[in-house]
Amino acid sequence: MNEMKFKKKKLIMDETSIKRALKRVAHEIIEKNKGAENVALVGIRSRGIYLAHRLAKYIEEIEKKIVPIGVLDVAFYRDDVGNRIIPHHISKTEIPFDVMGKNIILVDDVLYTGRTIRAALDAIMDFGRPERIQLAILVDRGHRELPIRADFVGKNIPTSQNERVWVSLKEEDDVDSVDIREDAN
Amino acid sequence: MVFKKKDLLSIKDLSKEEIQHVLELGDSFKEILTRDIKKVPTLRGKTVVNFFAEPSTRTRTSFELAAKRLSADVVNISAKSSSLVKGESLKDTAKTIEALGADAVIVRHLSAGAPKFFAENAKCSVINGGDGAHEHPTQALLDLFTMRQKFGRIEGLHVGIVGDIAHSRVARSNLLALNKMGARVTLIAPPTLIPAGIESLTAVKHGMGAEIKYDFDSVIEKLDVIYMLRIQLERQTESLFPSVREYAKLFGLNLERLKRVKKDILVMHPGPMNRGIEISYEVADIPQTAVTKQVANGVAIRMSVLYLLLGGVEIEKVAN
Repeated sequence: MNEMKFKKKKLIMDETSIKRALKRVAHEIIEKNKGAENVALVGIRSRGIYLAHRLAKYIEEIEKKIVPIGVLDVAFYRDDVGNRIIPHHISKTEIPFDVMGKNIILVDDVLYTGRTIRAALDAIMDFGRPERIQLAILVDRGHRELPIRADFVGKNIPTSQNERVWVSLKEEDDVDSVDIREDAN
Repeated sequence: MVFKKKDLLSIKDLSKEEIQHVLELGDSFKEILTRDIKKVPTLRGKTVVNFFAEPSTRTRTSFELAAKRLSADVVNISAKSSSLVKGESLKDTAKTIEALGADAVIVRHLSAGAPKFFAENAKCSVINGGDGAHEHPTQALLDLFTMRQKFGRIEGLHVGIVGDIAHSRVARSNLLALNKMGARVTLIAPPTLIPAGIESLTAVKHGMGAEIKYDFDSVIEKLDVIYMLRIQLERQTESLFPSVREYAKLFGLNLERLKRVKKDILVMHPGPMNRGIEISYEVADIPQTAVTKQVANGVAIRMSVLYLLLGGVEIEKVAN
């Protein structure tokens, strides 16, 4: 949308490395939760949702077990309501399973300040009391503003704050890639 | 698109895209209302004042619930309990409510234009909760939402608005909104209940306007939506039709008339219903009648409006 404002671009991950990272994360999720029995994935916003679906597919391949998937839009839980714009499209939150007693894995594309995850934690708690909540992230770019860390990380990428981490996924962008763009100003 | 308005006073202020935005957000808020915990922290710390200088149960309650579901603090002021009875002017009331720290005020008043006057005298957001026979924008928005819920669209629907058009702010707001969204509107009423020139209200700007029919039965078969208005006996200073009984016979919606409508008809009424006058006892309770759906949708749509007015400012999606 604001493509023009940013200088391209250093490719960080391509299709193959994204696939490998996600497969590894799927294994780690199974390992940490001792199987997929009690696991449910909840994707945040558009790209987290696609990643959740991919992870669910890999987990199913490994464990032969279908894990439930939910969708979270955290717009109404953000701490900057009133200071930012209202996103054009707010997707409907859909949690089609009982979160009570589940091991919920929140899934998002980039972990940055941690504020989205803070909002997601509040949002998921409004649906009940999960056994535990874990966080799976494709890219951790640092610069946390809250005491939040990811349990599963696809790739750690050190960045400066005037850079943007750009995640493209086939489901929305025709291509799988992660690149860094620099603020043109 | 950026929603950057301070007030919602009239449907005229909204573009087609903005109406669309309100309706789409309504879907998200509807989902929240189906949860066990029907509350999000979105407007925490904001104060919403319901200023109702005219009786209302559903609109006031609906706004109150909408604000509470968004975690705002809500204060209700009714005319009888306010200093209006001591002779305070509307301007001073506006200043006072602003000074109390309100972020939004919902104004219901028997004089047309009161919310606009209020908005001009206060820095907080003002939402028209119904002013005289002028407008009731949130009612029209929730009605559109209800139609869209059933048909998946508004464009191309043929909506018949039946009854007391002259005294109805609901009719006026709906006419404006439906025209903007590309629906076809037919106003159906005895000549005495149709205000002069209403067909030109929207015709000039949008090239559509409304057709007027004095005979309900001549058009009933073609309608997708039948919107029945309440006969507002309290606003009629002279008799505008010979008798309530005759009105019910000619313009009331009863089972007999309903035999001739389209199969997937949607019957609507803004409430409160005069059962036995504009809508028969039986018709009020059939599944095609969406009155309770309208009420339920009202909370979601008002959450949507409050969120858009109080929740956002400019610029694009902030990364990550």
